[in-house]
Amino acid sequence: MEILVCIKRVPDTSENEINVNRDGTDIERDDLVYSVNEWDNYAVEEAIQIRDRVCGSVTVVTVGDEETEEVVRREMAMGADKGVLLSDEVFKNSDGRGIAGIIKAEVKKGKYDLILTGAQADDGAGQVGGMLAAMLDWPYASLATLIEVTDDKKIKVGREIEGGNLEMLEIDLPCVLSIQTGINEPRYVGIRGIRKTASAEIPVHGAGDLGLSPESVGKSGSKIKQLDYFVPDAGEGAEILEGSVDEIAEKLVELLKARGGIK
Amino acid sequence: MVRQVFAYIVHKEGVADDTALEMVAAAKRIDSDASITAIVAGTGADLNVVCNEIASSYQEVWKIDSEALSYPNAEAIRTLLVRILPKEGLIIAPHDTFGMDLAPGLSIKLDAAYLPDAVDIEGVDENRLKAVRQEYSGQVSTHVVCDISGGAVITARPGSFKADESKGAGGQVVDKTAEALEGGFPETGRRFIEVAEAEVGDVDITKSDILVSVGRGIEDEDNLEIVYDLARAMGGDVACSRPVVDARWLEKSRQVGTSGKTVKPKVYMALGISGSFQHQGGIKGSPFMVAINKNPKAPIFQAADVGVVADILDFVPELTDKINGSR
Repeated sequence: MEILVCIKRVPDTSENEINVNRDGTDIERDDLVYSVNEWDNYAVEEAIQIRDRVCGSVTVVTVGDEETEEVVRREMAMGADKGVLLSDEVFKNSDGRGIAGIIKAEVKKGKYDLILTGAQADDGAGQVGGMLAAMLDWPYASLATLIEVTDDKKIKVGREIEGGNLEMLEIDLPCVLSIQTGINEPRYVGIRGIRKTASAEIPVHGAGDLGLSPESVGKSGSKIKQLDYFVPDAGEGAEILEGSVDEIAEKLVELLKARGGIK
Repeated sequence: MVRQVFAYIVHKEGVADDTALEMVAAAKRIDSDASITAIVAGTGADLNVVCNEIASSYQEVWKIDSEALSYPNAEAIRTLLVRILPKEGLIIAPHDTFGMDLAPGLSIKLDAAYLPDAVDIEGVDENRLKAVRQEYSGQVSTHVVCDISGGAVITARPGSFKADESKGAGGQVVDKTAEALEGGFPETGRRFIEVAEAEVGDVDITKSDILVSVGRGIEDEDNLEIVYDLARAMGGDVACSRPVVDARWLEKSRQVGTSGKTVKPKVYMALGISGSFQHQGGIKGSPFMVAINKNPKAPIFQAADVGVVADILDFVPELTDKINGSR
């Protein structure tokens, strides 16, 4: 099975406090810790496990600049066989549709049976996989938490729906799936493992290589644009308890007792 | 020109989802004079009940009735919608597990813009729709403008738009089945087998009055002891958010959220939980909520009544001691 996994380098929200920059045009990017999007990490792990069961290869692909290469290497250190970086000045500020179009062009250069994406990334949109599938006219299922390869023509997929129930589906290959966290336990990759991939060649494909016109991508190809970033009005919000740890704990016990929080 | 806005209605067992009325509100935020049409796909008596239920909230209700729609397959429904929607139309769906399956591909097939997970809509200027989204796990918001000259697919975050209860629309139910199924029911490469129900756990957190709920901030499975200790001191049960289940530290039956359990306790302790909308969507009945998190920007502080900015690993044992010492 030839598997392509689409990944994204994002600010790690569990490691960073995200702030808006002074003029509201972006988030404050100095000192941010970047990593591979959490959902994508599960997708790569799943691809590796499928490959190890049924043979084939795993390729990771991302759209970004030269700094993005580090996450490709990281996922190769996990066990992906190949990495591709789709990078071009004209790709900058592409919306989800633009990104899906760029990846579609790369997909057309290869021969894949299965494409995995994370269910969502830092922007919470969860759009690239579904768009890519529609562009390719391949079947799509989002939020997969279970994949069983039936044969080389079809797979069985469990989609996580409301209440934690699983919607079981049979899907023809080739297809696109978005992967929900919890589908597996992604393996740990140490610095040493990443170093081993330092010499691996990662081809870079630009708009010309992919046969994409500059107008179809980037800002000019986008139907949705960001005006500004802001922190929403806090509204009521929580009453933040202040003081020493002891004072705060004391106050909280009182509040909990008053609200029946201590039986 | 009266703008036409469509809403795709999610329903189950003859009952429309809460988002059915929230999308009316969202549509009116696009254009208060909009003509708003619901689209309901399904079959039989359940379908008719849903259509009649929402007819008072929508000017028109388009019904698509087919046995093959007894379980909604987003792949097939996408094709049906492309067949019946007008060019350049605006369609809203909930940003839930169904909408996320349907909407991105629908925008491609309609060659329309896609505005995912809108939490507010500020109106339309010419063909520019202005809306609010959240990014980075809800830590910051962003205004976006969407070019809707070629139509748009919008998903609205469940719970973000206040349900429109005005019910004065007096809508007509229009049977669109023939038009939608012209050329037959869509062939898709994706077939529904069954719904596998989530496993039942040892504790039923939906019945608990006091929940001590733990998230990513617990950092390690061994640290869960401090959470159990606090729950014991308070006389409550231990629940959690998604990352704790993903890490296999607690069973799925203890997960609060739209993909887990919906709980309605009197007191809810959110320990090291950032508070994604999917998590908050599982907390009903406005409990007294205490959030303890080291990140002061965590969205959970917006939802909580009382907040403590602290590392739970340090603070929770102190709190437990204080409770035990106060008896």
